[in-house]
Amino acid sequence: MPDLAALRRRRHAIHGWLLLTPALVMLTTFAFYPTVATLWTSLFSRGTRRRPTEFVGLENYQRLFDDPTFWLVAKNNLLYAGVTIPISIALALAMALWANSKIPARSFVRTAYFTPTVLPMIAAGNLWLFFYTPGFGVLDQIGALFGAPSVNWLGQPETALWAVCAVTIWKEAGFFMIFYLAALQTIPPDLKEAAQIEGASRWAYTRRIVLPLLMPTTLFILVNAMINSVKLIDHLFILTKGGPSDASKLILYYIWENAFAFFDAPAAAAMTVLVLAVLGALAAFQFFVIDRRTHYR
Amino acid sequence: MLRYAPAAMMLAAGTALVNPALAETELTMYYPIAVGGPLTQVVDGIVAEFEEANPDITVNAIYAGNYDDTRIKALSALNSGEPAQLAVMFSIDAYDLIEQDLIVPFDDVTDDAAWLDSFYPALMANGQIEGKTWGVPFQRSTIVAYYNKDMFRAAGLDPEKAPTTWDEMVEMGKALTTDDHHGLMIPSTGYPYWMFQALAIQNGKEVMSNDGLTTYFDDPAVVETLEFWKSLSVEHGIMPEGTVEWGTLRQAFLEGKTAMMWHSTGNLTAVKNNAQFDFGVAMLPANERLGSPTGGGNFYLFKDSTDEEKAAALKLIQFMTSPEKAAEWSIATGYMGVSPAAYETDALQAYTAEFPPALVARDQLEHAVAEFSTFETARVREGLNNAIQAALTGTKSPAEALAEAQAAAERLLSAYQ
Amino acid sequence: MTLLNRLEPVLALALAAIWISPLIFAFWAAFHASTDAVNFNLGAAWTLDNFRTAWEGAPWLRYFLNSFLLVTIVLIGQFLLCTLAGFAFAQIDFRGKDVLFVLVLLQLFILPEVLIVENYKVATQLGLLDTILGIGAPYMASAFGIFLMRQAFKSVPKELDEAARVEGCSLLGVLWRVYVPAARPTYLAYALVSISTHWNNFLWPLVVTNNESSRPLTVGLSIFGAPENGVDISVISAATVMVIAPLLVLFLVFQRQFVQAFLRAGIK
Repeated sequence: MPDLAALRRRRHAIHGWLLLTPALVMLTTFAFYPTVATLWTSLFSRGTRRRPTEFVGLENYQRLFDDPTFWLVAKNNLLYAGVTIPISIALALAMALWANSKIPARSFVRTAYFTPTVLPMIAAGNLWLFFYTPGFGVLDQIGALFGAPSVNWLGQPETALWAVCAVTIWKEAGFFMIFYLAALQTIPPDLKEAAQIEGASRWAYTRRIVLPLLMPTTLFILVNAMINSVKLIDHLFILTKGGPSDASKLILYYIWENAFAFFDAPAAAAMTVLVLAVLGALAAFQFFVIDRRTHYR
Repeated sequence: MLRYAPAAMMLAAGTALVNPALAETELTMYYPIAVGGPLTQVVDGIVAEFEEANPDITVNAIYAGNYDDTRIKALSALNSGEPAQLAVMFSIDAYDLIEQDLIVPFDDVTDDAAWLDSFYPALMANGQIEGKTWGVPFQRSTIVAYYNKDMFRAAGLDPEKAPTTWDEMVEMGKALTTDDHHGLMIPSTGYPYWMFQALAIQNGKEVMSNDGLTTYFDDPAVVETLEFWKSLSVEHGIMPEGTVEWGTLRQAFLEGKTAMMWHSTGNLTAVKNNAQFDFGVAMLPANERLGSPTGGGNFYLFKDSTDEEKAAALKLIQFMTSPEKAAEWSIATGYMGVSPAAYETDALQAYTAEFPPALVARDQLEHAVAEFSTFETARVREGLNNAIQAALTGTKSPAEALAEAQAAAERLLSAYQ
Repeated sequence: MTLLNRLEPVLALALAAIWISPLIFAFWAAFHASTDAVNFNLGAAWTLDNFRTAWEGAPWLRYFLNSFLLVTIVLIGQFLLCTLAGFAFAQIDFRGKDVLFVLVLLQLFILPEVLIVENYKVATQLGLLDTILGIGAPYMASAFGIFLMRQAFKSVPKELDEAARVEGCSLLGVLWRVYVPAARPTYLAYALVSISTHWNNFLWPLVVTNNESSRPLTVGLSIFGAPENGVDISVISAATVMVIAPLLVLFLVFQRQFVQAFLRAGIK
């Protein structure tokens, strides 16, 4: 007679796999298989009528590394990440602290901060386009009140990427604020009372007690912000289309452009592989560094 | 429908529709235009009229955004096996469409040489490649100069005399520039290469060869052209520094932020309807010569369709480019009537008599050249666009930027030599 | 310090004002003629013309319907797949579970947005191009959702589970009768996040749709605003306001639940 425990184990295994099958099928179809296929595609040349597709090894990568635009785009994306991540996290923290403290019109303030989060990036692009338009845009009109000259925010390489960053920060900060708010509400109120009894100022309390307690949240937000610095590019379609002269082009936009505007899927695939490698490193960072330290599971 | 296909194929091409009661032909057409609005309704209206006249054909007209969007959408539909028999796409997409083996020449589906000859030759230039006609003009334009007559009067200039040479343009531009507005705006986003090509022609040099294989970006006359464009802002101060936004330029002109703008004639009706001041339209000025590239969209026939579908698509195209419809389209938009006959129609005669600026784009045709187009056109164009923007925004010198664009273009085109 | 303390509310309000200003401006521009809008004619007459023009300019009703179907289909798919998978990860012990879980979590980083090139080919092969299912499918097995449901199911007291089993419930019966009701707040939170994500999603829908039959609002808005011959600020603003209105109203009405849902779901 077979072991009862073994039987139960087998039944569990069957149940487990059955329950997981639908999700695994979808994940395989739309995540794992495409990942492998991307790698595969990146090793072949683009076929046209006169030149059929053939295996070219790493040539597409070589071509990419020889392409100055690629390096410019990569640099842009690093700057984009370097600007939007710290600023939106810092703003999110400030917003959360304010929204959690006793200030006038608190619910209005909180709503105002959070509202951009529920808007599509495309709509955000439209809203901001009219802020940035030279001559009659809102920013220029405000500037004109103070005698500032008209600035072509989206039309100059020096400002275009910054203008794009500003929209991203505007969109992101309120979203991250929510996570901080959630974390702040788990801090026991007696901690604050104890600090007050000891005569600590509000600032000292924030710095010495609140910020360290928010550390896990910050790391979580950091990972999200990094992912977003790859993902959030929709507003480029409205604001600059990557211009002027590629000054505001980001990597995912360039991938899209290569694949769907230039019909060069292999070049796009090679770039995708590189992006996946970066995201993979980020995943490793999350699993092996952050999760070791925080125990939210 | 498939059952009838072999039988129909036995009939000569072009006569496949002799027995239309047999089956209904369904066409899918992708097309671009302006900012949504009434223009899509005009297209829908013309299509509805066509369907009424041809009950055996249904047309599924899909608005797909601007020219780039339309190309992307139509081609991705084809690549994935969705039906599409015809499209209005950029006149300059022809080389790429041929290279990808997606379109058929009109000569293969019709013997009607008189029809093909009925259009303005300048508008046929972009579509005629390797001795065949691949594109038929529909939504075509040239660049024209719009100017604010009230501002001309205020500056003490003759409001009936727009600048005819570069020198005059600079001189008048200076007189027209005030603290409140600029003298001139030439857009440098969206389609910078198009404006640049106009300037280069006026300076006596084409930027590409007729076979789509060679570009002349680093030619001294071309470099000089870009230097001139740049000097309009940095030296003469009549244009804003940096790039001028294509999309918002019309509004800037209507808001009186500039006395003159260069823009597609496709904007004419919108400007006419919205301008709250007296405005004029003129041909672009000359330096060595007069000139503007043509622009806009041509009809293409896709290869992957049945003979009945091709014949039906041809019928639709002939309907939409007929003098009456071309006139209707021109009045609604400002785009050109594509054939001399269109300007002979009562409708357009009456319209141009009452509103003469509608004739400027046509009159300019005799000085017009084909729009910039090569193999790998999207990438070569992108390189040129970037060079122009880099020079205008001061990141590179005109000579340096154009030399780089030329080198990139040569690299891309070497595979086709 | 006291100065800072007194300054803080001012800063907070100023930031709030800046944050909301693009929306206020668009709203205001949408109801005024474009000349008045760009010149800040505060006394100008209000008008609905822009909405009329915008509404006539594109098949918005179709776009709204598509977006609505899209978020519905995605939500149903996600609930189904993530509930089953989350339950398996939370309550069933079997070999290979940990490896599988890591594989699933990996998807948090393999973004569907990055894989547009190959996903497009997959969608083509499956005949999903130009279908609403095609827009939604890559997002259904969401690692985030699986993770969330696993957390929620883990916190359900074992006694409830055992009680149900004693009464003779099958495995799926237990899931349906005990776990799903217990995780209701998590479902609500997840639904709100999912709806706002997919109502707003753009890049993948842009790639996978070619025509109006499946085009969602965001893509429709982007091509409506494609500045081929020039944009009209007021008309575009009207279209933008139209597109964001449903979600915005939903958010303003359910604001408390929205934020509370986040907090309760313990996403931190």
